[in-house]
Amino acid sequence: MARFERRSSDTDPGFTTASLPDIVFMLLIFFMVSTVLREQDIKVRTELPQAEALTKIDQKRLISKIHIGPLKKGENEGETAIQIEDALIENRKAIRNIMYNKIQEQPKLIASLKVDVGSEMDVVNEVQQELRQAGALRINYSSNRENPPQ
Amino acid sequence: MAGLLEDRRQDREDAEVPTAGLADIAFLLLIFFLVTTTINVDTGIGMTLPPMLEDQEPPPVKDRNLLKVLVNSQGNLLVEEEEARIGQLRERVKRHVTNYGDNPDLAVSPSKAVISIKTDAKTPYDTYIEVLDEVWMAYREIWDQIARTGQTPQGDAVDLDQTYSSYQEYYNTLEPGDDNKIRDAFGAQISIAEPDSDE
Repeated sequence: MARFERRSSDTDPGFTTASLPDIVFMLLIFFMVSTVLREQDIKVRTELPQAEALTKIDQKRLISKIHIGPLKKGENEGETAIQIEDALIENRKAIRNIMYNKIQEQPKLIASLKVDVGSEMDVVNEVQQELRQAGALRINYSSNRENPPQ
Repeated sequence: MAGLLEDRRQDREDAEVPTAGLADIAFLLLIFFLVTTTINVDTGIGMTLPPMLEDQEPPPVKDRNLLKVLVNSQGNLLVEEEEARIGQLRERVKRHVTNYGDNPDLAVSPSKAVISIKTDAKTPYDTYIEVLDEVWMAYREIWDQIARTGQTPQGDAVDLDQTYSSYQEYYNTLEPGDDNKIRDAFGAQISIAEPDSDE
């Protein structure tokens, strides 16, 4: 008994930090997996509209973003342009081929339309017709949550 | 002999790789990823476009089941050929879809009711989203009511295991692949009319 007491008083005070790297690595791996390092270089201005009846798209890999808005040209605004991924779309009839290829790879694709609030419906309708031609029928009008009235 | 044994033990402890710095390295990386991470969820109004019809005509919809909403280039609204304000739209939609055949001008049943939104080429996009949002919110409010009471507006029971404070709360309990019983009981048909092709 006496020997037991003596030994316990001998132990080094302070807690062990040996498992600290394990905990930190676990957190690190979580953030590494959830990080999106590079956002696309968006060449058009897309100020999203506000809405109430929103749905969340949890599966990020299903999303294909289509940006529609005025070209960013310094201070002044350029003409309305369409950007899919990194490329500006010159010929709007090309959208159906691009989206058709995407829908072949991912049949459950959701086309997320990021349309600037200042846009007019003709360009949106045109893109929608192209999406119908491509068979990419699931769309999502990307919008932000409306601020509740103060 | 005992002294030799102690020496060897001492040697072995010294030969260990020091791991104290590992935590520092890991923390450094952790802080970098913490700062660069954006956990943003895409939100928006989901729609399903109608498939491209080759030759066949779209299925006919009886006029009474159809609620026509037109938005012109100034953002003014025409609901069933009458001028209306966006604020009135939600009530109009709710009245239309929960009619259950009472009023001969409104829809026969929710499953037959169709809300048709037609825009002009010059309609501002935010007005269109506002209109679409109001129509969806009309359905949301009906779904909220179903989630709270477990009944459709007509009084039919919806087989929910419990009642929820809102449709969103019910929706959050669904796993991918589950049937959305509220939407099965009270579906939404919103049609984006094809633009006139005379341009």
